[in-house]
Amino acid sequence: MTAISVQNMNVWFGTGALRADAVLDVSFDVNEGEIFGLVGESGSGKSTILRAMVGLVPTWSGTMQIAGETLGKKRSQAFFGNVQMVFQDPYASLHPRHTVDRVLSEVMRLHGIADVDERIVQLLDDVGLGAGFRFRYPHQLSGGQRQRVAIARALAPKPTILLLDEPTSALDVSVQAEILNLLADLQQSQGLTYIMVSHDLGVVGHLCKRIAVMKDGEFVEVLSVEAMRRLEASHAYTKHLLASSIQSVS
Amino acid sequence: MIEPLLNVENLWVRFPSRNADFDAVRGVSFTLGQERLGIVGESGSGKSLTGRALLRLIQSPGIVEADRMTLHGENILHASEARMRQLRGGQISMIMQDPKFSLNPVMSVGQQMSEALRAHKKVSKSQARIQTIKMLDEVAIRDPERVFDLFPHEVSGGMGQRIMIAMMLLPNPKILIADEPTSALDVSVQIQVLDIMDKLVRDRGMGLIFISHDLNLVAKFCDRIIIMYAGRIVETCKASELRQAKHPYTLGLLNSVPNLEHPRDRLDVLKRDPAWRDAPSVSACQ
Repeated sequence: MTAISVQNMNVWFGTGALRADAVLDVSFDVNEGEIFGLVGESGSGKSTILRAMVGLVPTWSGTMQIAGETLGKKRSQAFFGNVQMVFQDPYASLHPRHTVDRVLSEVMRLHGIADVDERIVQLLDDVGLGAGFRFRYPHQLSGGQRQRVAIARALAPKPTILLLDEPTSALDVSVQAEILNLLADLQQSQGLTYIMVSHDLGVVGHLCKRIAVMKDGEFVEVLSVEAMRRLEASHAYTKHLLASSIQSVS
Repeated sequence: MIEPLLNVENLWVRFPSRNADFDAVRGVSFTLGQERLGIVGESGSGKSLTGRALLRLIQSPGIVEADRMTLHGENILHASEARMRQLRGGQISMIMQDPKFSLNPVMSVGQQMSEALRAHKKVSKSQARIQTIKMLDEVAIRDPERVFDLFPHEVSGGMGQRIMIAMMLLPNPKILIADEPTSALDVSVQIQVLDIMDKLVRDRGMGLIFISHDLNLVAKFCDRIIIMYAGRIVETCKASELRQAKHPYTLGLLNSVPNLEHPRDRLDVLKRDPAWRDAPSVSACQ
């Protein structure tokens, strides 16, 4: 089953002479339960694709079918419950004056989920925090714990699709490993579909099965992780990217 | 034995609080010659504070104590503020993590670079301009005359970081402290910036302290590595011998990095042993 189908997507900012095309004619399909990766340098448009999918960027054209719904200007309430996003910076994405309890319960109230009380405990358990963290404020948590709360918030309305926008780039390597393991476990246990954006090929290669390489708003190549490990890239830019990331780890 | 560029013995950085003092750096000793020294650790391990303490940038209520902290044999622990102002930038420079926050947003790139130079060297404005443009050229910035008149918001992250490097190297310091100079950058730009920094440091015979949380990057780039945990040095080794590291913390850091070439189903997660915190600091003097 195809969970996400994007055809000829264009995204732009500004009008007239100031118009900047951020995404140019991008098409891809993601199956249910698949983890799809997007890599590229900053400014290549990878985050913009995710933002257009969840409706944070109104200026797009093309067709998008996500979780059985063809998207137009307006999206149904069910869509927002079905598709959730985890943002890059856990320090900026939680409200500093809301407790973990309030962050999670607000989402569930908006999506009309019953037994909020039980579910908060369940969610905190799922992301490996435990009920003891329920009434804490973000400043009382470490970076890794905040990202866990952000993931719990995304899981609160019982989504089937998670869009991960560089979920570990603000974290240390040791904490990054914990979060990547958590994401892999959640995907296994709940059968989620992920689209993961990162500029770190090691991270994307660890989780994703299929990876799209972006440059200047276009897909230059879509290849499997096995092909990437064998360094079988056909496009010059992918080769350059592979070379620089292999060089930095070995 | 020649006097090392920098000699630090038993450095403590302490922040008093109502309950008990918090020791951020606990008894760190190391020396730096004309070499590239890497300091690795997680956030909160005291690596950045060690760098800041060397420049005496830790403000009250923070307390810095050491048995010995010398630069070229000169005591910098008790040097006057006026003398420190000469040393900072002149003898020791520091490159901060994020170029967006460390460049002055309302001064052009060229203006602030010339200012850095003129604060330490007696040169005329026109001479400073020539040297600044030459330096921008050395950090592989194309069209340096144009960049000279740009403002920081008009340059990209990688270019901003190269401008920072150029600015810090302009007064020709003896020691460069780089505090996570590339963690805000993309992989492809990262290598480029590091190569430039590496070349300049080598050509000028400077000492480099490279602070990072990425063990593999540091191993590739430095001669000697210090691994810090909870304010102490837990292990020190030659970069080439990192694979023979013994401390479980070092091994944990090494194994937690996802590697494209050697995939694993699960990444190893650090199991922190409270004994690491209490073990005495290893000396990294040479």
